[in-house]
Amino acid sequence: MKTMWTLSALLLVAVMLSLLLGRYQPSPLEAALRLWQGIEGKPSELWTVIETLRLPRVIAAVSIGAALAASGAAYQSLFRNPLASPEVLGGLAGAAFGAALGILLGHALWQVQLASFVFGLLAVGLTLLLARLVGQGGIVVLLLAGLITGAFFTALLSAAKYVADPYDKLPAITYWLMGTLSSVDAHRVWLTAPPMLAATAALMALGHALNVLSMGDEEATTLGMPVRPLRLLVIALATLLGTLSVVLAGMIAWVGLLIPQIARLIWGADNRRVLPACALLGALYVLLLDDIARTALPVELPLGVLTALVGLPVFGAVLRRVAVGWSE
Amino acid sequence: MIEAENLYAGYAGHSVVKGVSLRVTPGETVALLGPNGCGKTTLLKALCAAHPAHSGSIHVDGDDLGGLSAPERARRIAYVPQQHRLVFAYSVLDVVMMGRLAGRGLIARPTPADFAAVHAVLTRFGLHDLAARSYAALSGGQRQQVLIARALAQDAPYLLLDEPASSLDYGNQLRLLDLLAQLRGGGRGVLFTTHHPDHAFAVATRVVLMQGGRFIAQGTPAQCMRREQLAQLYALPADQLDRAVRARRWAQQPA
Repeated sequence: MKTMWTLSALLLVAVMLSLLLGRYQPSPLEAALRLWQGIEGKPSELWTVIETLRLPRVIAAVSIGAALAASGAAYQSLFRNPLASPEVLGGLAGAAFGAALGILLGHALWQVQLASFVFGLLAVGLTLLLARLVGQGGIVVLLLAGLITGAFFTALLSAAKYVADPYDKLPAITYWLMGTLSSVDAHRVWLTAPPMLAATAALMALGHALNVLSMGDEEATTLGMPVRPLRLLVIALATLLGTLSVVLAGMIAWVGLLIPQIARLIWGADNRRVLPACALLGALYVLLLDDIARTALPVELPLGVLTALVGLPVFGAVLRRVAVGWSE
Repeated sequence: MIEAENLYAGYAGHSVVKGVSLRVTPGETVALLGPNGCGKTTLLKALCAAHPAHSGSIHVDGDDLGGLSAPERARRIAYVPQQHRLVFAYSVLDVVMMGRLAGRGLIARPTPADFAAVHAVLTRFGLHDLAARSYAALSGGQRQQVLIARALAQDAPYLLLDEPASSLDYGNQLRLLDLLAQLRGGGRGVLFTTHHPDHAFAVATRVVLMQGGRFIAQGTPAQCMRREQLAQLYALPADQLDRAVRARRWAQQPA
């Protein structure tokens, strides 16, 4: 519990620092003065930069980090598999294809994002439908159906890339898929962040139910869980989270798989602690890496590449200890 | 009373349990015996709706089992599965707490009373020192005890136990039998499967012999666990059974 408060405090400090960090960098004294004037209601350049550029971006990074890590942890419990990630049901692949299609057809950003959202939900819908048609609605069938849908939309994405104009559209699609928060604006963040934070909070509230669900369908039933409705609810929440994160920032790699492992390493397997820990840790992770992405070099680095490049070595380093947590 | 009538249950397309009728009343300990694969586990799962029955009816205290919500079922029937492994390293306390929160909804939180109840039941099993340990790191017998403890924490009037003694050492087997007797004294209805006729003799008020998905005998242990019936049940030549029984008697002779 104490570590959770520490983590919350760390996140808060990171948010404050991230707001002050950026290309427009007045001296600390001047910054303090401008901030004070801003609080008093006098507009300044720094205040405008924070309000219109940095705050939306910070909120987006925090929401995406929390969303991906929490949905990854939820899926891992649901599928009883520590290697499950937000893309298991094909939602992210669908959302990526939707975005590529939007770019291909040359629509405005909001249309690209809408297409991404719609195709993300569509892909998960197809997965559920396929699993239902196969019958025996077990978890393995669902996983396989997700694999099929994901591979199908990945193939569609390749097709979209193949027909895309190589000088204009193809780079746009590629950059989108690398994942970046550079195109985030206040309007879209105010639209997407609240549902993301709400869905993350809902998953947190389901911590105990996820514990029971991870015991297997039969056992969860005898422990009083309405397994099917609960599973649908978790899938709906996790799909919303994963898809909205792609809508906002493209593919932010590995957060949903890695952060839950680290959280379990520190807080144990109980989802009542793991989910809040994932949300905080994921938020902190994406926020700090986005700070690096936008300030480290004169050109902006793709965030999705950074989350993988930094996350994977860290994961490799702790893999031995993580594996102890998996019973075999 | 749990009351099953003409129950068929099994897996895609074929029934493993073939038309059995069974009653478990409060204050009764029923032992279910039968060879491997005869349908004992499937029957137990059907009786608590963990696995849907194909046909037939199941009533709990007069209510149709299928008409009850999952939380309501969990408040009436607790189920102890065969000991298993878990992917995630839940602590022993976490696992037993799952029984305590059974039937309390999706966002239930443990109260101080829940912690007290869990600690009481862990103490009863001598597992108190293991409360913070990972369930995955326990021995097979300890895991089995934790699952039984979880079912007791569930505090339901009926208990179904699937081979609860299979991984236990001799001492813990005897303790389990005492526990089952105490539960009967406390007015619970208990149904357990076992591969040890001795266990049925020790605590069962009634014995059910199952073979090929059907009941071949029901009655008191003395009535339906005779030499011929056990030989038939396990497809043993009678002299092989006799040898085993004789070996056990000699072991009990003073040196």
